[in-house]
Amino acid sequence: MTTQEAVLHPPAVISELVKNNVTHVVWLPDSETNFMYQLLTAEPSLDLVPVCREGETMAIAAGLWVGGKKPVVLIQNTGIFESGDSIRGLGLDINQPLVMLIGYRGWSRHGVTTDSAARFIEHILHAWGINYYLIETDEDAGRISIALEEAERTQKPVAVLVGTEFGA
Amino acid sequence: MIKNEDAVKIIDSKRNGSLIVPTMNANNVSFGLPTVTSAQDFDLPLSGAMSKASSLGLGLALAQPDRKVFVLDGDGSLLMNLGALVTLANKAPKNLYHFLFNNGVYAVTGGQPIPGAGSSDWEGMAKAAGYAAVFSFEDLEDLTTGIDQALAAEGPVFIHLAVEPQVENTPVQYRPRPSRSVQQAFRELPLTLGVK
Repeated sequence: MTTQEAVLHPPAVISELVKNNVTHVVWLPDSETNFMYQLLTAEPSLDLVPVCREGETMAIAAGLWVGGKKPVVLIQNTGIFESGDSIRGLGLDINQPLVMLIGYRGWSRHGVTTDSAARFIEHILHAWGINYYLIETDEDAGRISIALEEAERTQKPVAVLVGTEFGA
Repeated sequence: MIKNEDAVKIIDSKRNGSLIVPTMNANNVSFGLPTVTSAQDFDLPLSGAMSKASSLGLGLALAQPDRKVFVLDGDGSLLMNLGALVTLANKAPKNLYHFLFNNGVYAVTGGQPIPGAGSSDWEGMAKAAGYAAVFSFEDLEDLTTGIDQALAAEGPVFIHLAVEPQVENTPVQYRPRPSRSVQQAFRELPLTLGVK
């Protein structure tokens, strides 16, 4: 019996974004999404917008969206905690169909979660009524398309939790 | 010092098709842009999500590179999102003009002084962050004669305005409401721009 490697590779994620005509990735780097950086910068159809603090991302995305573009946000779960008022005022209140890719720091499928960043994030998303999907491997990447379609259909933010570190 | 209403009047008179993102006192329904705007369909007012006007304007400027975007920001507001100066300068949209209404107080909460009022160097911060050009106007005459030069400069441009504090003490729920809500503006602007 062999053990199959279960890894999420950056091309799988970027392919989903390109396929769905995403135009901008508004982001602040984190360890869960670190390996995407070089591929993101090399992808000509995606414009990377780096920020200093995560709460900027929803506002920048709102401006891009209302101006006719299709952005996503890529930050860590710790950044979601910092971004509460932006998510409220410039995500939920204005019905922005924003997909937020969120590095799921501290997540463990083994049920022992010592990191409070992981313990709180799903509760916070529930409190806001933001639906979310978990991706861990390349096979899960299609859930990004599902999230993008759902955000557009419902005109609401949708989250995608990146529950593993990317493969190189 | 410049009166808030005089500042928004002059800015509006120079818009020439520009999009305007006003917040805080610049968005006040009694003496802000809503009282004087000549092109409401091209305004994107921001109330709530305090501090994010410059970030919202950055996104709009990147999405609409052929149209100028004016952000009318507050000093207390920008203090909450100071890193946005660097974020904005880093993307360097040539079409973005960031006006700072510096009145030294949190005018919408009763006039408490903001940290650093009277001592912070706003022009220095914008220059150090990497804005392409920085202007400062201390009175109405300065603004009237200098605004064309500021708007002719390639962005991102930071325009500091020394503005008289106009303080509101009425509880929020008793203040006059804008005739056009933020939600309505977000719904309608894409239609106005022909992007939806």
